[in-house]
This record gives sequence, C-alpha cells and structure tokens, in this order.
Amino acid sequence: MNIPLLYSLSGLARTIHIWLAGLISNEMLLLTTEMVIMGISLIAFLVLLCFFLGYMERRVAAFMEIRLGPNRVGPKGTLQIVADTVKLLLKEGLTPDLSDKFLFNLAPLIVVITSMLVIAPIAFAKDFQLWDINIGVLYVSSVSSIAVIGILMAGWASNNKYSLLGAMRSGAQIVSYELSVGLSLISIVILSGSLSLSDIVYSQSNGWWIFKGHIPIIISFVIFVVASTAEINRAPFDMAEADQELTGGFNTEYAGMKFAMFLLSEYINLFVVSAIAATIFLGGWMPFHIGGWESFNHIMDYIPSFFWFMGKTFFIIFIIMWFRWTFPRLRVDQLLSLEWKYLLPISMVNTILITVMAIMGWHF
Amino acid sequence: MSASTIVFYILAVGTIGSALLAVTANKIFRSAVYLLFSLIGIAGIYFYLNFEFIAAVQIVVYVGGIVVLIIFSIFLTHESGKDMEKPNTMRVIFSALSALFACLFTLFFIREQTFIKTLNASVEPTVKNIGRQMLSTTEHGFILPFEVVSMLLLAAMIGCIVIAIKSRPAA
Repeated sequence: MNIPLLYSLSGLARTIHIWLAGLISNEMLLLTTEMVIMGISLIAFLVLLCFFLGYMERRVAAFMEIRLGPNRVGPKGTLQIVADTVKLLLKEGLTPDLSDKFLFNLAPLIVVITSMLVIAPIAFAKDFQLWDINIGVLYVSSVSSIAVIGILMAGWASNNKYSLLGAMRSGAQIVSYELSVGLSLISIVILSGSLSLSDIVYSQSNGWWIFKGHIPIIISFVIFVVASTAEINRAPFDMAEADQELTGGFNTEYAGMKFAMFLLSEYINLFVVSAIAATIFLGGWMPFHIGGWESFNHIMDYIPSFFWFMGKTFFIIFIIMWFRWTFPRLRVDQLLSLEWKYLLPISMVNTILITVMAIMGWHF
Repeated sequence: MSASTIVFYILAVGTIGSALLAVTANKIFRSAVYLLFSLIGIAGIYFYLNFEFIAAVQIVVYVGGIVVLIIFSIFLTHESGKDMEKPNTMRVIFSALSALFACLFTLFFIREQTFIKTLNASVEPTVKNIGRQMLSTTEHGFILPFEVVSMLLLAAMIGCIVIAIKSRPAA
C-alpha cells in the first residue's frame, strides 16, 4: 500500500499539541485543555456548517424550482441565515402550560447531543479525527439510535396529539430504516474486514469501494443514501413533520432556540450521514486516482485531503437536497412497505452476495 | 483522587440515581426515560473499562431496541399522560425489602469471593477476538449457546409473524 503524500490538518493539530505541552506540564490538565479546545472548535465548526447548509438548502431549492432564492440580505443573500438565527434567538422560548416541563426542555438537548457525538470517529482529513475508536461503524450506528428517543420524548412531553402522532411516525420510520442502513454499512465492513473508520479509509487507498466492489456495492450505496434520508426525516420521507397535515409533527410546540436546536440537529445529521457515506463508499479523504495515470494521480495528491473529504460529503448532501425537490412525499404505508418489502430483502440478498464476493476475492 | 476515579463516581451516581428515579417516578413515560439514562450510564461504565464493543452493543440493544420498544408499548397501551395511582403501603414495603435483600446478597457474595488472577494470557476484547470465541467449536468456544440463542430468536420471530398475520376472509 502506498499512501499518497497529502497535505493534512494533522500537522496543525500536532503543532498545537506540542505548543500546549510546552505551556502545561500537568498531564491531566493538558488533556482537559485539549478536550475543551476540541469541543469548542467542533461546536463552532458545526454551527458555521449549519449556517452554510441552511443557505445551501435554500439556494439548491431555488435552483431546482427555477426561482431566485434568498437574495436581499447581504451579498447574494448570504446573511439571510444570520438574520433568521437572530430572529430565533430573540423569540420567546415557550413551554406549554400542561406539558411535562422537564422532558420538554430535555428533548432538544438529547437530539443535539447525540448528533454531535456521532461526529467523533469521522476522519476529516488524513490522520485527523477526534477519536479513532476501533468499533467506529458500530459506534456510529449505536449512538445515532439514541436520537429517536429524543424525538419520542419531544412528542410526548408537548402534550399535543399532533406532536405525539408525528413522534410515533418518526419513531417507526427511524427504527425500520435503521436496519437497511446497518446492512449496507455491514457490506463495507465485510469487504474491508474492520469496523474502524480509519482502517476503512486506508483500505481504499488503491481505489474507492464504490469502484472496487462492482454492482453489489453500488446497490448498497444507493440503499444507504435512500435509507439514511429516511432516517434523518428528510423529504420525501418527512411524514413525521409533514407541515400540511401534522402542522410540524413532533416539534409543533417548540419555539425559539429550542426549535432551533431541532433544526441544528437536523443539519448536523445531514452532514454526518453524508460524511459516513463519503467515508465508507467514496474513500473519505483519499484523493481520486486512476490506475496507470501517474502524473494525473500526482496532481490529485496536491489537493489537501480535507478538501477531498468535504467535496465528497457535499456531493452527497447535494444529492439528498436534490431528492427533496424531485420525489413527492410518501404515505405512511408506502414508507413502511418500501423498507420492509423492498429495501430490506434487497439489502439482505446483497449482503450475502458481498460475503461470497469477499470470500472468493472477486473484488479488486 | 485521580481523574479516573472522579469519572467512575460520576457514572456510578448517574446510573444508580436514574435507576432510583425510574422506580419512584409517578408518570410511566418518565420511568422509561430514567431507565434509559440508567442503561446509558452502564454503557458509559463499559466505555470507561475500555470494552468499547460491549458498550456499543449495550446502547444498540438496550437503548436503541428495548427502551424504544417499551416507549412504544406505553404509547399504545397506557394512558401515558396521567399520573400512576399510588401503590399500597404493603407492596411498597415488601418490594423495598426484596430489593434491599437482593442488594445485600450480591454485596455479601462480592465481599466473600476472592478473585483469583487467571493463569491464561489475557485476551484483548477486540471485535475479532470476541467473534472468534463466539463461533469457535473448540473447547471454551461458544458456538452451541450462540446457535441455541439464534434458534430461540428465530422461533420468537416466527411466532410474532403468526400472531400478527391477517387471515384471509374465506371466499
């Protein structure tokens, strides 16, 4: 395996570590300081990312519907999302009188915290990740399964039947689509032989899995993107918050910053899902190489790995946003039959195919 | 007190505290939520012991599976918004006593047991090792229990389908 020489953020991280180690001699204090720095920079990154995704969503929507989109506040409407955030901050954080106040206020926090926790094992650039845990894929799928409880909590605590209905729908949807997401993640785990996300990225140094794995991997990639669109409750699977019939679903009663938390977690989940898809199917931060084209490959190596990762992630985010304006919303029975009658059997057969492929060594 | 001890006590207090709240809460949905926190606390203790695989499985099975199932069944069957009626005093006393005795019993055995260090070389709790151990047919392998459990789950699944299946109206 020849790992390409890539510019990476890991150098910067090492420099900061050495500089801090010079200042702070106490081991524990050093660790705590670094954790705090990482936490703050991650939250800042995610909030900026959500600003950008909010803007991108509007622009993409406008592009798909051949209209202009936000263009008044700031150059090309870039400050629109800042204005919206200020508006949300200034609104009253209302708690309904007959609601379960403790759980009502806890629910948005749980939803946001779980989506932030899932970021930990994702490699943003070469050797640059918060936690290189050896069960990365399992960690991601297990922690993201806590989010459904936050949603059920929000729906129940609001003491509103539309919220409860929305939460029930959302719960049923997330629990069912988790299966397909899990099976398509497993297909890559079978091929790469490791659960760690960094190992999976390194196993793609001679070609991304989507190219190496023939048609079965392309099928599981498609299933992953469809099922995870459903898992993060985005259109066309947004039955849970169908504005027209449920007046917003589980977050009907939320206002102000508490509502913004749900919005934040929705965008973080969008990013996480796309980042996972980019990591396991499209090679994470690995540059695009074509066998035999030495000079081309060399030029590709000059693009920093962070940009490769972000480029792939945003490609998938764009696809998921594209879905929203392409497919009509599914009914609840169609939604469940899509999962249980089509996606799940297909991904089960596909997993068996991939296992055979891995045993016989038919992939590259 | 080192950082490790502090983390352990935070986890322990969180787990036990939310377990206590789970049995004393007066709304059934709140009990389910406190149970959730207790289970997450146990997963945290597994993470603290560096058993990442077991921690992740704990979260997948208990938090993602069982608690969601419990919450769904509460929504479908119980009047989840109302306060539960107070149990009578005798019941409270006897359940408290049984919990206390179970706790003392366990503590007694832990105190009495002398833990002997194993002579075998320790095995890293990686996914690969756990998988090999689970499916090995040699001595100390777990293939038989594994297969028995999978048969049991299959039987349960078929049973559910049979119960839930709609019989076609006779023509």
